[in-house]
Amino acid sequence: MNAESLILFKFYIMIMPILFIIGIFAVMTAKNIVAIIIGIEIMTKGVTLLLAASGYFGGNPEIAQNFIIVMIIIEVVILTIASGLIVNIVKKYDSLSTKNIRNLKG
Amino acid sequence: MENLYIHIFLLALIVIISVFAVSHYRIIRGAILLGAVSFLVSISLFMLKAPIAAMFELSVCTGLITVIFISVISLTNPVYAGQKKINEMSMVKKIIILFLIVAVCGFFIYLFDEKNINWIPVMNDAQKTVTTKDSLWNLRHVDLIGQALILLTGIFAVVVLFKKGKEEK
Repeated sequence: MNAESLILFKFYIMIMPILFIIGIFAVMTAKNIVAIIIGIEIMTKGVTLLLAASGYFGGNPEIAQNFIIVMIIIEVVILTIASGLIVNIVKKYDSLSTKNIRNLKG
Repeated sequence: MENLYIHIFLLALIVIISVFAVSHYRIIRGAILLGAVSFLVSISLFMLKAPIAAMFELSVCTGLITVIFISVISLTNPVYAGQKKINEMSMVKKIIILFLIVAVCGFFIYLFDEKNINWIPVMNDAQKTVTTKDSLWNLRHVDLIGQALILLTGIFAVVVLFKKGKEEK
């Protein structure tokens, strides 16, 4: 690996925790449920980039592609389940805010 | 590498757009900005020689996920429109805090980098000969069942969640 590639790889390593922290910030501060899901999506984008970069700079992008594809599938399943939950929460509580769905009933 | 500056530009754009996606008070714009982030990530994947993953990212994350987000928002929008603004923290405040966090995080990673850690990922020789087709279809056995189960879980969850109750019937 030459010097320029090493610099680029370090940039990719730097981006992953930054995107992850942006996602965690969204999850922690947002009151809207959809905004929380957007934060989770941004976290997975960081992991995708890190996987692709480690595959490319390690000299074997093929293995990394597998992991990325599996991760995208899991991402979509999470989003689908979450969207179903959100629609049902809105039906039941008439609200998207996490403040209003915090109380247990029964 | 000739594309060094293009890579860095793309990464900077990804961070900036994701900050705006997270901090925007209108959720639909946040979802569209998330689609833009996915598009930029897929360009990065193309440049990192992962074309199959890039196509997946482009079609699924940029297309399908954005469509799901917009449909969820439109399904819940009439309720949302009648409510007060849910996000209490203002957008400008969020953006400033996020950029501060990014700067602090970058500084700490820079300090961590000073320790001269060997960042280069090590791959053994056996793995280097594997192609995408081999690793997707020939080398995987048990984890394919897991992947199929994950998909089935998603389908099952959607069926259960959208099932009409006795009262609705």
